[in-house]
Amino acid sequence: MSLLELDNCTVRFGGLTAVSCLSMRVDENELVGLIGPNGAGKTTVFNVITGVYRPTEGAITYAGTSIAGKRSYEITGHGIARTFQNIRLFGSLSVFDNVRVAFHLRLEHDARHSLWRGRAFRQEEKDVEAQAMEMLEIFHLGKFRDAPSRSLPYGDQRRLEIVRALATRPKLLLLDEPAAGMNPTEKVELMSLIRFVEEKYKVSVLLVEHDMQVVMNICRRIIVLDYGVKIAEGAPEEVRADPKVIQAYLGQD
Amino acid sequence: MIAALAVVLVAQLFSRHINGYYYDVMIKIGINIILAVSLNLINGYTGQFSLGHAGFMSVGAYTAAAFTMHAGSSAPPMVLFFAALILGGLAAALAGALVGAPSLRLKGDYLAIVTLGFGEIIRVIVRNIDSLGGALGLNGIPPYTNLFWVYGMAIICAYVVLTMVHSSYGRGFLAVRDDEVAAEAMGLNTTRYKIVAFVVGSFFAGIAGGLYGHYTLSIDPKGFDFNRSIEIVVMVIVGGMGNTAGVVAAAIILTLLPEWLRPLAQYRMVLYSFLLIVIMLTRPQGLFSWRRSAKPALRA
Repeated sequence: MSLLELDNCTVRFGGLTAVSCLSMRVDENELVGLIGPNGAGKTTVFNVITGVYRPTEGAITYAGTSIAGKRSYEITGHGIARTFQNIRLFGSLSVFDNVRVAFHLRLEHDARHSLWRGRAFRQEEKDVEAQAMEMLEIFHLGKFRDAPSRSLPYGDQRRLEIVRALATRPKLLLLDEPAAGMNPTEKVELMSLIRFVEEKYKVSVLLVEHDMQVVMNICRRIIVLDYGVKIAEGAPEEVRADPKVIQAYLGQD
Repeated sequence: MIAALAVVLVAQLFSRHINGYYYDVMIKIGINIILAVSLNLINGYTGQFSLGHAGFMSVGAYTAAAFTMHAGSSAPPMVLFFAALILGGLAAALAGALVGAPSLRLKGDYLAIVTLGFGEIIRVIVRNIDSLGGALGLNGIPPYTNLFWVYGMAIICAYVVLTMVHSSYGRGFLAVRDDEVAAEAMGLNTTRYKIVAFVVGSFFAGIAGGLYGHYTLSIDPKGFDFNRSIEIVVMVIVGGMGNTAGVVAAAIILTLLPEWLRPLAQYRMVLYSFLLIVIMLTRPQGLFSWRRSAKPALRA
């Protein structure tokens, strides 16, 4: 069944239509790619799904509930997490704290409890620490635990962003150009990382990416946008052969 | 914390032997510590640039003073004063929520201007209320403030801010400061975080106001003007945004500095300002921040 569904979504900024009558869906445990030339509206699609923008027209439903126009943190609460095209870690916070913050939605204690530091509060802090560290170890970031996140190498920052998003326990993970700025070795690592995440955490992944090697390799279905309009959708081989896609994006060999 | 409070109590018992001038400076330092540490929660940890701290302080000062002056004196002064301080803090916290809720959609400079406007509005309102003494101020406030109250409250304030920030929930304040969009995307209700910071910060500003009023024994609107807010902001910046120990040190040093410079007579404030400029040029991350790399202190 479909997890996320966009039904005739339009996003306009004044006179500019960034996304036009877009209908698409992401099913459970599916890896979907979203590609298109620069300015095609891919990131806008992400922003409208995650509540940064409100759709001008159309509906967005997630697992049967409408999420259009809800605030970002509420949508995250429903189970959608994301990373950003230009990395947006909490730069001055440590690697550990970056992940810890993402446990927020599941915390039972808040500012008041932190004053008394009761037993239940301390237990929860311990649990959060253990879980956050476990995730960091899985993704080989444990050794950076106390380093400010902005001091990490680029590839590790990308990885940390994915870990942080996973810490919110999403069912749907949106990755915005995770391979941007990576070298070929890092890209190969990234592909196995995304497959690993999908299997281990049982999430669906919607991936915006310019790197065709990455997209064609890991996505089972690809949606192509051009000027905010969906021009093609299908399996990698179909999309690659589609004349409209070649014309708008891939180019002739 | 309890041990620290005990030390303060003992210090108070010996305060009779302290020279009057030193006593006065110590009280001022303590009050400034409360103001700077509480503002640090708003400006430093949560990154919301507020210029209205003196305004919140005046709400607390007038509320507390009006309470001790008008409430029946049947209760023992200690109890009366404690109630007055809490009441002043709550009034300031309420003001913080009222200002905070609508204006927290604003960022940086815009928020700074709104909070600045708020501080001025409070001042003008108080000046025009005759029952609060108008421009003449409120006189004859009972002298309840002493070292125990001031430093006791300073310790409680520092404890509250530090414990709040050092928890999984509290890391959210710093996350909001570092990147609001990412914080929302991680499930944090950023508006709520900002309001909590404003309410808690204003509460302690109100307490500091109550302590101030019951020490100077007379308060007038001029004492809580824009310059006073700036003074507190400077302490936070010099100490290092989001560094409580540094901000405490800065509150102490910046209160003492004008005193040390007294021999210079009329050139005193010139040199004071000059030193501030030097500090900002050489250590923009704050005098006492070593861990973080240099970054512009004013990110508003």
